[in-house]
Amino acid sequence: MKIQSQVSMVFHLDKCIGCHTCTIACKNIWTDRKGAEYMYWNNVETKPGTGYPTRWEDQDKYRGGWRLDQKKNRLHLRLQGKWGTLGNIFYNPYLPTLDDYFEPWTYDYQNLFDAPEGDDQPTARAVSMITGKYMDTIEAGPNWDDDLGGSQVYANNDPNLDGASEEERRQMQEIERVVFFYLPRICNHCLNPGCVAACPAAAIYKRGEDGVVLVNQDRCRAWRMCISGCPYKKTYFNWSTGKAEKCILCYPRLESEQPPACFHSCVGRIRYVGLLLYDASRLEQAAKAPQESLVQAQRDVIMDPFDPEVIAAAKASGVPDLKIEAAQQSPVYKFVKRWGLALPLHAEFRTLPMLFYVPPLGPVLAKMNKGMYDTADADSEGLTPMMSALEKSRMPLRYMASLLSAGNEQIIRDVYRKQMAVRLFMRAKTAKDVPAAEVEKALTEGNTNAQEAEAIYRLTALPTYEERFVVPAMERETAVEDLFPALDPVARNYPVHKGEVGIGYRRDPRRGP
Amino acid sequence: MSDIILLAVFPYVALVLGIGGGIYRYRHDRFSYSSLSSQLLENRRLFWGSVPWHYGITIVLLAHLVAFLIPGIWARIIAEPLTLYTLEVTGFALALAALIGLSVLIIRRLTQPRLLAVTTTMDWVLLAVLLLQVALGFWVSLFYRWGADWYVHTSVPWLVSLASFNPQIQYVASLPWIVKFHLLTGFFLIALFPFTRLVHVVALPFWYLWRPYQVVIRNRKM
Ligand code: SF4
Ligand code: SF4
Repeated sequence: MKIQSQVSMVFHLDKCIGCHTCTIACKNIWTDRKGAEYMYWNNVETKPGTGYPTRWEDQDKYRGGWRLDQKKNRLHLRLQGKWGTLGNIFYNPYLPTLDDYFEPWTYDYQNLFDAPEGDDQPTARAVSMITGKYMDTIEAGPNWDDDLGGSQVYANNDPNLDGASEEERRQMQEIERVVFFYLPRICNHCLNPGCVAACPAAAIYKRGEDGVVLVNQDRCRAWRMCISGCPYKKTYFNWSTGKAEKCILCYPRLESEQPPACFHSCVGRIRYVGLLLYDASRLEQAAKAPQESLVQAQRDVIMDPFDPEVIAAAKASGVPDLKIEAAQQSPVYKFVKRWGLALPLHAEFRTLPMLFYVPPLGPVLAKMNKGMYDTADADSEGLTPMMSALEKSRMPLRYMASLLSAGNEQIIRDVYRKQMAVRLFMRAKTAKDVPAAEVEKALTEGNTNAQEAEAIYRLTALPTYEERFVVPAMERETAVEDLFPALDPVARNYPVHKGEVGIGYRRDPRRGP
Repeated sequence: MSDIILLAVFPYVALVLGIGGGIYRYRHDRFSYSSLSSQLLENRRLFWGSVPWHYGITIVLLAHLVAFLIPGIWARIIAEPLTLYTLEVTGFALALAALIGLSVLIIRRLTQPRLLAVTTTMDWVLLAVLLLQVALGFWVSLFYRWGADWYVHTSVPWLVSLASFNPQIQYVASLPWIVKFHLLTGFFLIALFPFTRLVHVVALPFWYLWRPYQVVIRNRKM
């Protein structure tokens, strides 16, 4: 057992209102720069939809993530082997181009002031932020299919719908029943990251202390393999500086006990940030699990922070006490492991993504009944139809499974049953219109109990800031002690490189000649 | 006199500039070491330019280098006429590939507004000098046959003499001016190395082949 700690996040999709505040907070802090205009380290997609960049989930096109060679039991980058990387270094055949994202633009506002007097109103034409030329037609944007859940053009092209039956598609598209939800995405800070593995220059690395995946731009030489290697398309290429960039999980904020900006600004308060303890010696095994048990394999890698054995192992591998305590308070641990409600996005890419999503409990199928909408099968007793209509949920189980459980529908069913049980349980408590037997039945079917349902309800609906964000400040002082021998004023053995403290000189990240 | 300056002094100046400047830039502005790929902005034409250019020029350059490093063995290899023909024809084809690739790259940059936005003056200088150098080499291989052979007896001893700090310009002094021009432009490119994106040549990451896939960095106890 080799225990490590990782900062991890849970997104409660039922609470996301698709306001994009997180995106804007992130953009204003990190990517409001030349060459980074098109980057969205945090973006919010409408699902079903094609996402950003367009159809990023289609790995036949982009070749991200890993593929399991079952015969040899080995993992290969779907992109190419190591020789392939060197051979394709002059031209990466699978790199998305700017047209898969969009050409960033601004508007010629000055014209509104400067236009000569004329017969018509002056306009502010779109101007490309790359070429500085006017753009006549804007053909794509960072959020082009926002809210177009039922659209034939966009939603229909969602790769997760590739296996959907005619019936399922109809179910999602009937005009009065169009259904969609929001999927906020940032870098998953994976345990088996494809971006790191694909970078031939070893410029990307995972930080041992908290698992944040970072690009060392002094080492990046623009070989741009990471962009292909990441199946989530969360590494970007700065066309101006010629360097890869990605979400840094706001590590300068995290180190000083402030949450990432996307978390902090989240209007729906859908995000939870906390530590997870995982067993690094089991990672390979988990990444190689058969597809249908990938989610379970990943859960198995996450260890119980209360188990004395785990605690001892964590201490042995240098996890500070403060972090072990934080891991015990972690809201992420509760959602992911204790309650089993939060699932990794596209586990079948085998990068072991470390952000988790509580699937949205979409509305169940409803029918017009005497001039009123009513759940399907509502004629049966009580509120049970909500449970029985699970299969008829307007968001097909298969779709959610394709997104969040590597195709394993049983996992989604279990999560939904538990969420429904919590709803019925709370409804019985507040509205008092559900018979006790129904509640009991729902709790059993949801594999939960009154106490757990109450806890889930509290952390879902009423959590305080301190319950949603539990990450201790980085122990900078011990980091310095760890890195350097005792400082000796006579020998003047002061640190000169990493771990330096105080103010140093800073150079702009400028493009080279 | 001008021969001495050009063939015995200039190469050293170029080397000092190239190597010294390269090291200086690496130590003081490592961030700027990048191939500055423009593939994100334009994809299709890059393929027809970058691939023939890079493969063509790399192999041709390696052949120059091999003949310089092991002239004896090289001379023995090309003593066989058939091998000499094959080498010359292959070299010719590769040089042609490089020339076409480079032209595609230049036209690509000239015609795409997105690429013009990321092309610096030094990029144009570099492209022009490279085009000149490849064209010269191409010309020499076309009109001064069997370069694979006479290179070993002229430029190689000159290069060896330069490397042993005892420059002997008589080996190359009487070569046609166009050949000398090719030699000088070669050294000029070395001088240009630290001032352009050429620096990415020394960054080719071969050790990726031996590295484990994952990289984890942590603070360690001393
Ligand atoms: S999600 Fe993040 S850590 Fe995972 S492969 Fe992509 S960029 Fe790397
Ligand atoms: S700020 Fe929160 S609620 Fe709004 S889109 Fe982002 S994740 Fe969803």
